[in-house]
Amino acid sequence: MTRTESAAVRPARRIRLPFVVRIEPRLEVPRWLSPVISIGAIVVALLLGALVLALVGGDPVRAYAHIAGAAFGSLGVFSDTLVKATPLIMTGLACSIAFQMKLWNIGAEGQFYMGALGASIVVLAGMVRADTPRAITIAVMLVAGILFGAGWGLVPGWLKARLRVNEIITTLMLNYIAVALVNYFIFGVWSEGGFQMTRTFQRAAWLPRLSDLAEQFPVFRGLTTHFGLVFAVVAAIIVWYILYRSLWGYEIRLIGDNPRAAEYAGIKITRNTVLVMMLSGGIAGLAGMSEIAGVVHRLQASISPGFGFTGIIIAWLAKLNPLIVIPVSILFGGLILAGREIQPAGVPRLIQGIILFMLIASEVLLRYRVRLARRA
Amino acid sequence: MSEVSNLVEMRGIVKRFPGVLANDNVDFDLRPGEIHGLLGENGAGKSTLMSVLAGLYRPDAGTIRVRGVPVSFNSPRDAIALGLGMIHQHFTLIDSHTVTENILLGLDDPRFLMRLSQYDERMAETGRRFGLQVSPSAKIWQLSVGEQQRVEILKMLYRGVQVLIMDEPTSVLAPQEIEELFKTLRSMVGQGKSIVFISHKLHEVMSIADRISVLRQGKVTAAGIDPGATSKAELANLMVGRKVLFDIEKRPKEPGQVVLELQEVSAQNDKGLPALRNVGLKVRSGEILGLAGVAGNGQSELGEVITGLRRCTAGSIFVNGNEVANRPARESIEFGVAHIPEDRTHVGTAPNLSITDNVIMKAYRQPPLARGRSLNRHAAHERAEHLKQEYTILAPNVETPARLLSGGNLQRVILARELSSEPALLIAMQPTRGLDVGAIEGVQRLLLQQRDSGAAILLVSEELEEIFSLSDRIAVIYEGEIVGDDVEADAETVGLLMTGGARSSESKAAA
Repeated sequence: MTRTESAAVRPARRIRLPFVVRIEPRLEVPRWLSPVISIGAIVVALLLGALVLALVGGDPVRAYAHIAGAAFGSLGVFSDTLVKATPLIMTGLACSIAFQMKLWNIGAEGQFYMGALGASIVVLAGMVRADTPRAITIAVMLVAGILFGAGWGLVPGWLKARLRVNEIITTLMLNYIAVALVNYFIFGVWSEGGFQMTRTFQRAAWLPRLSDLAEQFPVFRGLTTHFGLVFAVVAAIIVWYILYRSLWGYEIRLIGDNPRAAEYAGIKITRNTVLVMMLSGGIAGLAGMSEIAGVVHRLQASISPGFGFTGIIIAWLAKLNPLIVIPVSILFGGLILAGREIQPAGVPRLIQGIILFMLIASEVLLRYRVRLARRA
Repeated sequence: MSEVSNLVEMRGIVKRFPGVLANDNVDFDLRPGEIHGLLGENGAGKSTLMSVLAGLYRPDAGTIRVRGVPVSFNSPRDAIALGLGMIHQHFTLIDSHTVTENILLGLDDPRFLMRLSQYDERMAETGRRFGLQVSPSAKIWQLSVGEQQRVEILKMLYRGVQVLIMDEPTSVLAPQEIEELFKTLRSMVGQGKSIVFISHKLHEVMSIADRISVLRQGKVTAAGIDPGATSKAELANLMVGRKVLFDIEKRPKEPGQVVLELQEVSAQNDKGLPALRNVGLKVRSGEILGLAGVAGNGQSELGEVITGLRRCTAGSIFVNGNEVANRPARESIEFGVAHIPEDRTHVGTAPNLSITDNVIMKAYRQPPLARGRSLNRHAAHERAEHLKQEYTILAPNVETPARLLSGGNLQRVILARELSSEPALLIAMQPTRGLDVGAIEGVQRLLLQQRDSGAAILLVSEELEEIFSLSDRIAVIYEGEIVGDDVEADAETVGLLMTGGARSSESKAAA
């Protein structure tokens, strides 16, 4: 732009480029545009990734084939992808609902840890006896996980609503507190033989896996996908229903778009701030519960490789739509999984980074159109 | 080069937006040292045409010559370099910076050290030359809207602009400020500047312009006519293409019971200063009470305390006998108070939500829109479709986001929502501000319909003509006090009260 600008200040006789690049705001955004641009961005990202791969002497086609194979190539690996996607769906949902109200909850990570802690307390503090049936044990763990997460969302929500404390700071800081709190329990209270982990939970506290059904359906043998995926999908449907079909969701969207209009419509913003932060924290807590009951089966350090933070990115890429969160999470789950298969492990991360960058950059094309205009 | 006498010549300008032909082969001339009034309804293409001239938009076809030389702009910077500057309706100032800092913003001089006091002196100098009084070291947030506009003008003058394009400059100003602006404009013309004055207000254009051009639906319907040789009625006809009724027929009033009663209400403004002092008012059903006053004398705060958006520091407010002072906004909605807010875009609507979501904002808690705790989307859609028809909201469909609507259509969305609730009381704040002639008439008719069907209406407006033609009773507010109640519909009487000129003699009427 700058070059053409400076040329045009002078009157018309000078030599100029035969065209100008114009960036104009779009007045209408057709429905099909958003998915087309997103897919286009991913294609461009893959091409760029291929270029980098070729530059370092790799074979892009083989590398991509391998990544696809490692994430989606067989039932077994796809099942592992789903295991990775399960917590991501829930943290993505937690962020989506908060972001819809322009509450910048970046504390899903801490709420995830608190959810895991809540579920562990149920098992390890003897709130359910070891011989309690699986359904009841899991139901109690579920409730505890959600409550602990919601409590961790309540604190910044209340501070924001009552004292106007910036929730970005409080939720971020509470992440560290949550991790430290979990560390206190695994180092001090429930340490198993001096290791930084608790004992393994009794089987009744494990979420059912597909492989549990291998006797009836041999095809499920060895599949690690667990019941948490059902929680995640149900949560997505519930959040979608709340946002787009309920009175409360209407209020959330109205506050998010224009808080002054919401006040004018008689909606209490403070109350909704607290409630939405609790719902957001509760879903992130559910993710923590599902992860330890479905995958880890004990409380230990680093149960999350940043699920809460990746949830922020997923929410953003899904344009805060709860149903789109599911496929986006599966894509990310696949990339995380492929990261273990590919050497050097940096390659899927590189591609992940480029995809993200392209998707976020492509947002501009939704709001503006770029035209090459012939000079008059 | 035969028409060297023209400073600016635009020929055959065409500008298309998706679905709209904003300028259809438009010609426009500007002579040196003239004020050229550019009239037209909202959406007629005035702002688009001038944005093309100011380098903001690139025309799809057509040529622009400045002083006879063909030019093409890629940005407003190019246009300013050739002496063409535009002042937009919405100011582009930084609130926390001083006047001088705002004016210097984006310039290459000063390069590194600010040496602000030295530049303050230059700004004051420029201001004095053109009669633009504003303190260079004041922060923008401390200034009134009129003063902020002066800063915008100074910004352009400081950049050495010869042609000043002003987009609806009076829409944000109080009557006195308008007078002052006109004085400034005349003094600028006296010093050789040329001005394009965009407006849809006939009387303003007629009183300030040397020549008038009219646009209608992107086409020129009158080019450079002499205001002395035309009439308001003729101009209105050129603008809207049909005869406009200026006197609205009104049935005799049949006021009923008192619906709204304010007793000794006091409140503060956002800065914590007293905005309302012991306000007492009554509005009956079937009656329009017109509240006249210069903007910023407590009207906004009055509307907000009645609708529960602002706390009172003293006093009581009753709606049909129910106390609503310091109660949640939702209660006043439930008592049947409808509110057309002053600020359409920031209060009245949610820009990114659809028309449907915007028209259900007040009624979504009740059936049929609410079904238990769920939103009945089908009912909401039907209601929106129905209101879109009834209030002729022009939009592709009811899922169109509100931000894509023009000012007039946005106001129709708000009116549709507020009036369809069959309110007991309607607080109408500046309901026709910024609308074009056709739309104003529509809004005024709707208000009268509400009155005839028994609503009590509090009409707050800066347009005296509107107050006079619609109101059954007129009150005047000045510095947060009611300085006249049931005053005569006479411009001089009301004008004096509005400006505090007759305060002491009328104080008994207020009591």
